[in-house]
Amino acid sequence: MKTASTLQTRLLKEICFKILIGCLSGLLLAPLLFILFYIVSKGFVALNWDFFTQLPKPVGMTGGGVANAIVGSLILVGVAAIVSVPFGVMVGLYLSENQAGRFSEVVRLCVDTLQGVPSIVMGIIAYTWIVLPMGSFSALSGGLALAFMMVPLITKSTEETLKLIPNSLKEASIALGVPYHTTLLKVILPAGRSGIMSGVLLGLARVSGETAPLLFTAFGNPFMSTSLFKSVNALPLIIFNYATSPYQDWQTIAWGASLLLVAFVLGLSILSKVVIKK
Amino acid sequence: MPSHKPLAPIEVRSYLFKKILLLSGIASVLFLVGMFITLVMQSSLAIQHMGASFIFGSIWDPVKDIYGALPFFLGTLISATLALLISIPFAFSLSIFLGEYLKEGILKTVLNSTLDVLAGIPSVIYGFWGLFVMTPVIRNFETAIGVTPHGVGILSASLILALMIIPYSASISREVIALVPQDLKEATFSLGSTRFELISKVILPYAKSGMFAGFLMSFGRAISETMAVTMLIGNSNKIPSSIFSPANTLASVIANEFAEASEALYLSSLMQLALVLFIITTVFGFVGRWVIKRWVVPV
Repeated sequence: MKTASTLQTRLLKEICFKILIGCLSGLLLAPLLFILFYIVSKGFVALNWDFFTQLPKPVGMTGGGVANAIVGSLILVGVAAIVSVPFGVMVGLYLSENQAGRFSEVVRLCVDTLQGVPSIVMGIIAYTWIVLPMGSFSALSGGLALAFMMVPLITKSTEETLKLIPNSLKEASIALGVPYHTTLLKVILPAGRSGIMSGVLLGLARVSGETAPLLFTAFGNPFMSTSLFKSVNALPLIIFNYATSPYQDWQTIAWGASLLLVAFVLGLSILSKVVIKK
Repeated sequence: MPSHKPLAPIEVRSYLFKKILLLSGIASVLFLVGMFITLVMQSSLAIQHMGASFIFGSIWDPVKDIYGALPFFLGTLISATLALLISIPFAFSLSIFLGEYLKEGILKTVLNSTLDVLAGIPSVIYGFWGLFVMTPVIRNFETAIGVTPHGVGILSASLILALMIIPYSASISREVIALVPQDLKEATFSLGSTRFELISKVILPYAKSGMFAGFLMSFGRAISETMAVTMLIGNSNKIPSSIFSPANTLASVIANEFAEASEALYLSSLMQLALVLFIITTVFGFVGRWVIKRWVVPV
């Protein structure tokens, strides 16, 4: 039989464990904070007026900016939001209305699976479905690839939000003679508005940094393009292309773009928290 | 028997609305099935050409039309496993630290928001940072221990992967730990146990299957991660000889070669890699969620 350890050894173990846990957590935090610090310090130098207003310059010429990538990113994220928000909210509404059914279980499973599909595979799907039939890389295909990634995120958050709305609200509305679809659209959805909004913003934050789905869809473009049917540049693409280039000017611009992208993502996720607090 | 009075327009609209909701559910199922079918159809050429040697073949040579994906399977498996092994102690201590020791206060808020910020940094930026800050360090280290100093390679990719999955797997572990009933904890304390004994003898046995599921899901995430790995793994199509050698993963080879694949067979082989990647991540997601549903959610 094991002998009972004394109080001292037990306390000693406790202290050792506490120190170990604290040390590992601290050790982990160091590189993570360093990454943040590095992005901010390197990126801040690159930011100036030209950075936001100029097009990228060819190798050897100093200066130049990422104006086309900023516009392109906004277009891509906009297309993704327009496509995925209505669809994602509908599926979420369906799941929260049919919590027990067998088919809704299947739908839930599919949504979970979609959420786990690697982003590069989403890019390939968008390439096969949209780029191949249309015959060229386009902003539309990039935006749709991002939309594919956003749908499961929005569905999940919509379902979670609507589940929390008390059933009595719906019953009261039905009891007043309000038809089913009006109840859902005018009572249930507005009641969950802040939660759904926050989910949408978080989804936008997630996809606006995605690079892999854009590689074979939006493709990148050194010029300014606002057409949905032409290839566009995007911040993540310009970071990838410039980061792997050997030119220092380009790398500096990539750091600036990184800082801008991180700030954008961070802004969206802060906004999503503000929305839900209201 | 109900009379055949015509439906009021409002009832029609309600009925239609229900059907539209159902339709959107069906659409999302069709979407997933369509993805699978598309991938299978696109890779059929490669499946016919290579057959089983696609999986076991160790040579990937697009010029000679030989497509064996074994190097990528190994690269994926080794880099993701290594990343998981590196991340487990850190994710574990972080979840214990945040869940049990640090109950409230400024430090906790700071820690939590730092983790949130880091979880939101795009993968391409992790890769960029790794390329500029980590690879020189690794190169020096490799010179010091006397292996070919590539800088990029499986080790670099795994380290950055570990950093990227830690916030994710720590947050799953924390959720699982939070499921341990409060009265169980209070009962343990009332018997005079220390916090270490509470954690090792009550919380861990209770939460271990959930943590296991969390690690499975983190592994799935490490497999599907593309950009950071593509930038750091060194892009070699040979079977890796050690953890310092450059390699390629399923995702990184697609990212690298898809744009330059002009022949039908080459493209189809890359599609087959995507199909395999799709199947693997789906299976990992399934198993992870099944474990959570089966063992974690209290009945």
